[in-house]
Amino acid sequence: MTRLGDLERAVMDVLWDSVPTTSPGVTVREVADALDGRELAYTTVMTVLDRLAGKGMVQREREGRAWRYRPSASREAHIAQLMLDALDLGGSRDAALVRFARSVTGTEAEVLRAALGGEAGLTGPDDGGAGLTDRVEDPRAGRPALADEATDR
Amino acid sequence: MAYAVHFAATILACWLTAQVLAASTWTWRAPRVAIVCWQAVGLALGLSAMGLPMAAGLAAYDRPTGSALLALATDLAHGALPAGLNVIHLGLVGVGFGIGAVLLTTTVRSIHGTVRAQRRHRDLLTLVARRDPTVPGALVLDHPGAAAYCLPGVKPRVVVSAGTLSLLDRAELAAVLTHERAHAQERHDLVLLPFTALCRALPWFRWVRDAHERVALLVEMRADDKARELHAEAPLAGALRRFAAAGHRITPAGALGMGDRDLDVRVQRLLVADRPPRLIGATALAVATALVALPISLFLS
Repeated sequence: MTRLGDLERAVMDVLWDSVPTTSPGVTVREVADALDGRELAYTTVMTVLDRLAGKGMVQREREGRAWRYRPSASREAHIAQLMLDALDLGGSRDAALVRFARSVTGTEAEVLRAALGGEAGLTGPDDGGAGLTDRVEDPRAGRPALADEATDR
Repeated sequence: MAYAVHFAATILACWLTAQVLAASTWTWRAPRVAIVCWQAVGLALGLSAMGLPMAAGLAAYDRPTGSALLALATDLAHGALPAGLNVIHLGLVGVGFGIGAVLLTTTVRSIHGTVRAQRRHRDLLTLVARRDPTVPGALVLDHPGAAAYCLPGVKPRVVVSAGTLSLLDRAELAAVLTHERAHAQERHDLVLLPFTALCRALPWFRWVRDAHERVALLVEMRADDKARELHAEAPLAGALRRFAAAGHRITPAGALGMGDRDLDVRVQRLLVADRPPRLIGATALAVATALVALPISLFLS
């Protein structure tokens, strides 16, 4: 992994692990402080957060003169997305990955999709935190919507 | 008209070859030869599909398609078309170029979509996958589901899920990792790409999808062969069985369809140690070369 990738990962870990889900986000300074052991320059952290925002991994809101950052999706939701890709359930028609074998239980696919289904409500700026905890604790929350989606196809 | 007949004959030969390839089982013993044959069929078919309407439109020149196209370009530049060449003929030439353009743009769009999906996947992996001492060189996704795959590219990544780590024993895991590295090293994504693109361009043709599935299976068999060279057959077959069983446990019958049967076929061929069929393989390669040579020679002469 590149050094930049390492930094992005470290910054995301801070956002995922130390930002309470109800908070409006953290400032660059707070992230830099949390990464104290690495002795990173303030501007470096800002650049990394900027890159992450460009990739859609974090959302930011202006508060006064500073930006506040928070993750746009939970770590679990990202893993669910990767697993959907890996199991060829992502709906892509392109051969982006080469798999060892396709082995999917119906329940697995359902849980994975439910993990993402919860994300739809997450993208709103207000109730993001609440939806996030719901989704992780109770994967069934998103299932009714999932069933509809499945029949639509 | 003779040249149009040549192209038509090539299309027919491609179709016949594809039928034979799809029905034979020697391909499982020589997956690499079979993959080359499928690629030749695809290339010859694409070129002939372009060439057939072009040659029909250029019949008035009575020359091979390549030089006839040049002659047509010169005549068009001078504004003097030969007698016997009317709008319908020009239209046919246009159709030929149109088919070529569609094939090209679909491939480009397919590449574009694939590269974008891969970049996104890579970005996410950087953030959430971890390294694990039990699987050196691979990334681990913390998820109970069973998945093992390769993200191809210049810097390929082999990824396994935590579910796979608990599903397989050490030897099986090593075999699966070798299998995935074979995909990465031989760029099997590029092998599959034209067939995926063709599926996008002609989604309503069943045989196009069939061809894609055949090649996908052959690619897996090729990677299986690389894995069995390094490890024994048993761990790989064991890993495949465990994957199949993990899928069977809850899925309603028939839900996996093709993938399910493919797993069986792959396990079966690992258990029977057959020598690669040299004579059939050589014959198949000769046929494949002839198939490709025919349309190319018409375009170049």
